[in-house]
Amino acid sequence: MGEIDLATVNWARAQFTLTAMYHWLFVPITLGLSFLCAFYETIYVRTGDQAWKRLTKFWMTLFGINFAIGVATGIIMEFEFGTNWSNYSWMVGDIFGAPLAIEGIFAFFLEATFFAVMFFGWERTSKGFHLFSTWMVAIGSNLSALWILVANGWMQYPVGMAFNPDNARFEMQNIWEVVLSPVAVAKFTHTTTSSFVVGSCFVITISCYYLLKRRHVDMAKKSIAVAAVFGLLSSFATAVTGDESAYANGHFQPMKMAAYEGLYQGAKGADIVAFGILNGDKEVGDDKDPFTFELSIPKGLSLLAKRDLNAFVPGINDLVYGNEAENIESIGDKITKGKAAITDLKLYKEASANGDEAAKSAALARFNENQAYMGFGHLNSPEEAVPPVASTYYSFHYMVYVGSAVILLFLLFLRATLKDTLADQKWLLGLGVLSFFAVYLASEFGWVVAEVGRQPWAIQDMLPVKMASTNIAATSVATTFFIFLVLFTILAIAELKIMLKQINIGPEDE
Amino acid sequence: MIGKLDITTLQQIWWILCSIVGSLFLFLTFVQGGQTLLWQVAKDDREKALVINSLGRKWELTFTTLVLFGGALFAAFPKFYATSFGGAYWVWMLILFTFIVQAVSYEYRKKPGNLLGEKVYELFLFINGSVGILLIGAAIGTFFTGSNFTLSGFNQVTWTHPLRGLEAAFSLFNLAMGIFLVFNARTLGAMYLVNNIDFTGVPELEARMRKSCMQSFLISLPFLLYVLVSLLIMDGFGTGADGVVTMVAKKYLGNLLGMPVVLGMLVVGLFLVLIGVTRTALGTGTTGIWFGGLGTVLVGLAVLFTAGFNDTPFYPSKADLQSSLTIYNASSSHYTLTAMTYVALFIPAVLAYIAYVWRQMDLKKINMDDISDRKAY
Ligand code: HDD
Ligand code: HEM
Ligand code: HEM
Repeated sequence: MGEIDLATVNWARAQFTLTAMYHWLFVPITLGLSFLCAFYETIYVRTGDQAWKRLTKFWMTLFGINFAIGVATGIIMEFEFGTNWSNYSWMVGDIFGAPLAIEGIFAFFLEATFFAVMFFGWERTSKGFHLFSTWMVAIGSNLSALWILVANGWMQYPVGMAFNPDNARFEMQNIWEVVLSPVAVAKFTHTTTSSFVVGSCFVITISCYYLLKRRHVDMAKKSIAVAAVFGLLSSFATAVTGDESAYANGHFQPMKMAAYEGLYQGAKGADIVAFGILNGDKEVGDDKDPFTFELSIPKGLSLLAKRDLNAFVPGINDLVYGNEAENIESIGDKITKGKAAITDLKLYKEASANGDEAAKSAALARFNENQAYMGFGHLNSPEEAVPPVASTYYSFHYMVYVGSAVILLFLLFLRATLKDTLADQKWLLGLGVLSFFAVYLASEFGWVVAEVGRQPWAIQDMLPVKMASTNIAATSVATTFFIFLVLFTILAIAELKIMLKQINIGPEDE
Repeated sequence: MIGKLDITTLQQIWWILCSIVGSLFLFLTFVQGGQTLLWQVAKDDREKALVINSLGRKWELTFTTLVLFGGALFAAFPKFYATSFGGAYWVWMLILFTFIVQAVSYEYRKKPGNLLGEKVYELFLFINGSVGILLIGAAIGTFFTGSNFTLSGFNQVTWTHPLRGLEAAFSLFNLAMGIFLVFNARTLGAMYLVNNIDFTGVPELEARMRKSCMQSFLISLPFLLYVLVSLLIMDGFGTGADGVVTMVAKKYLGNLLGMPVVLGMLVVGLFLVLIGVTRTALGTGTTGIWFGGLGTVLVGLAVLFTAGFNDTPFYPSKADLQSSLTIYNASSSHYTLTAMTYVALFIPAVLAYIAYVWRQMDLKKINMDDISDRKAY
């Protein structure tokens, strides 16, 4: 295999991070707000009340502004796997390409087609068909999420495939295993439900702002009533599916979990750190305390990871250096086996090229023994297998705090709505205005946990990121990085200004 | 039944499917063509608004077809996806940028507080319709003229030209292909707008539109002729029975003669485009777009079939003939192609609802009421 240019890899990573994070600024709003629009319009169609129609149209205007830039930032993601991660695209394209194509066929056309009706069909189609279209946009958006998250879930926990030594790629064996893998299911449910929370808070934040300004009071209250119910249900679901995601990490990505929990030394009945400040000097393998301050819940982590108070949860040190008692192989051993696998694969290829059948089958037999470790053969040291601890730890904890707090917030909003005291509770309105920003950050941080926690792997235990990139000069990737940075930032500012202006104008009068 | 198909059949099915999506995209570039017509045919804000709102109800469809084209190539021919996108880096990146700026332009152009101002968003639309389509044409041209890459034993791509794909735009053939596509898109754009807009009160707009249809078509003709004649006389890349790729004299002429159906598609397609143009430019009819559209799809299919079938590598390498990609060596595994073929059974349903919604929405033509709505583009 060719020389790896780490500068290229790092620019490609930076670019992926940038574009994904930008895409994700708009996607959760689309996922949540599309359903809210569908709810609002359903109420309008059911009651015939024009107030609900006005309200629906208002939220749809904001939806459209957000959607346009969501699409703009999405197209680059689709092609970035090819442009920046071409080795990746070749090595796993046989599995990874399918969800992307299926997403196009099933989801994107649904969105694109019915989006036009939702916006321009009020006078052109029947009430019923218009409502149907709005629902189709909501379902289509969430189907886009499904397929891309199946793809992402597969990268976290690769299943349903086998390595083909003849053309040096992984090939799909069972698509159902890919689609129904527990990680994919956890990813999809957690990501969509948490995005419903984001959408609900989007509505609540803007509505609370109106209430504080005493503008559009009736519309704001109506909007909040629905958003509070949807948000409450979704926030419960977010917590449950978040727990499910962590449980999946405990099984399939113990290193990621150890990182975001700051757990270096594994234990039976491991404690969970409810609140803690990391010790910046801590290194893998030393015996410093990982925390300078900590508040723990006894046995909490064992419960989260294994649903068993006394189960063993491995820490970073166990995973890196091995733990015989718990039957954990050290990364060092895995690297040795992986390097052997890579050597045997080369010998196999040479033997095939020379038509030496005996050498070929011997090499293949040896290769098959160590094949599962092949990815580790690209690592240079056991410590390389440890993801950044601080960023995942703080991101994860922030997400969980916000996830818990937001349930309470929705309850308060629901109560105030039922008692009709909302307009008088200034402090609650104030919290409401802040809520969107808090959950928005949690949503972005969720991806930091998921993606940074997966480092150094592009595909868990199979393909390190540094082996995935395109053979291209770092300057090219750096140049496109900056073009994206400037372009997306300008577009995002434009979007924000337009959005704020529309919020300021408020719903149209009919 | 699908489960029993052998891999060669599946590979061919998927080349046909990808070609259909690609050709539909070429038809749908009437949106891009319309974008480049904007400044030429629409003289005031009202006329501009009519054009933009008419195109604005369709742009997502074109865009999504491009996305699906990418996704389908990734799923069915991952080696092409990895080689071309990673290799011809700059062409693809530039194409993408033109589509990124397009995606926000319709929605943001008229909105208060849009930061850049109306003119800039219109410029974005123009760039998308001109540069974007030109480069797509140049990229399609490389299916015949070849690209500069080699593949390692592990199928990793090395590009041997410093311009990373942009060099494609400096070949006369590729350039002619690109310019032809730009003007074909404009021809289609005029046909579509004539069909879609209610010109009550703006008869001059209609007249200008019909005129520009003919004009664009006439400009496109020499480029089309250049492409066709070159295609018939040029040497092409061919795969021998032993799998070795060599340069074959008049390869593409041979392909057309060897696959009469494809030749038929090409001829009928060109003829249909011609009918579309005469209907739009010389008469008062509004149905030109259907002829022009179907014609474009047939020509697109003929071009892509000529590139991929009859023992022809569709993504040939000039730098190393043996690195060239054929639909047989670039495809996904048997299993994946089979699974994807089951998925493809849903495509007719997708086409059906798109057609249904299109009809519902276009029963009434775009008129002055549509552009005064606050939601209007
Ligand atoms: C509003 C946003 C939001 C909120 C309040 C939460 N999450 Fe979350 N979380 C996400 C938004 C998110 C996300 C953006 O959707 C992620 C990124 C990747 C993914 O699968 O979902 C995520 C990832 C993610 C992961 C990593 C999954 C993986 O690596 O595969 C875990 C373990 C949790 N979450 C757990 C939780 C828990 C226990 C929460 C407590 C209530 C919680 N999250 C609230
Ligand atoms: C690297 C991964 C991703 C790729 C390749 C990708 C690709 C795309 C593309 C090409 C579009 C434009 C579609 C169109 O033509 O309308 C898009 C939009 C969209 N994507 Fe992504 N996407 C990615 C990540 C995600 C994730 C993680 C989600 C959700 C969980 C998501 C959900 C959506 C939605 C809802 C849209 C609709 C427009 C909007 O964002 O508002 N995408 N994406
Ligand atoms: C849209 C939401 C997503 C966000 C916010 C996100 C975030 C990130 C971040 C922060 C990184 C950089 C990690 C690092 O280099 O330390 C990254 C890398 C990456 N992610 Fe994601 N991701 C998202 C979705 C996806 C999806 C859906 C896929 C796959 C389908 C994916 C695949 C990758 C790949 C291939 C890399 C590059 C390799 C790497 O540096 O890890 N991501 N992502």
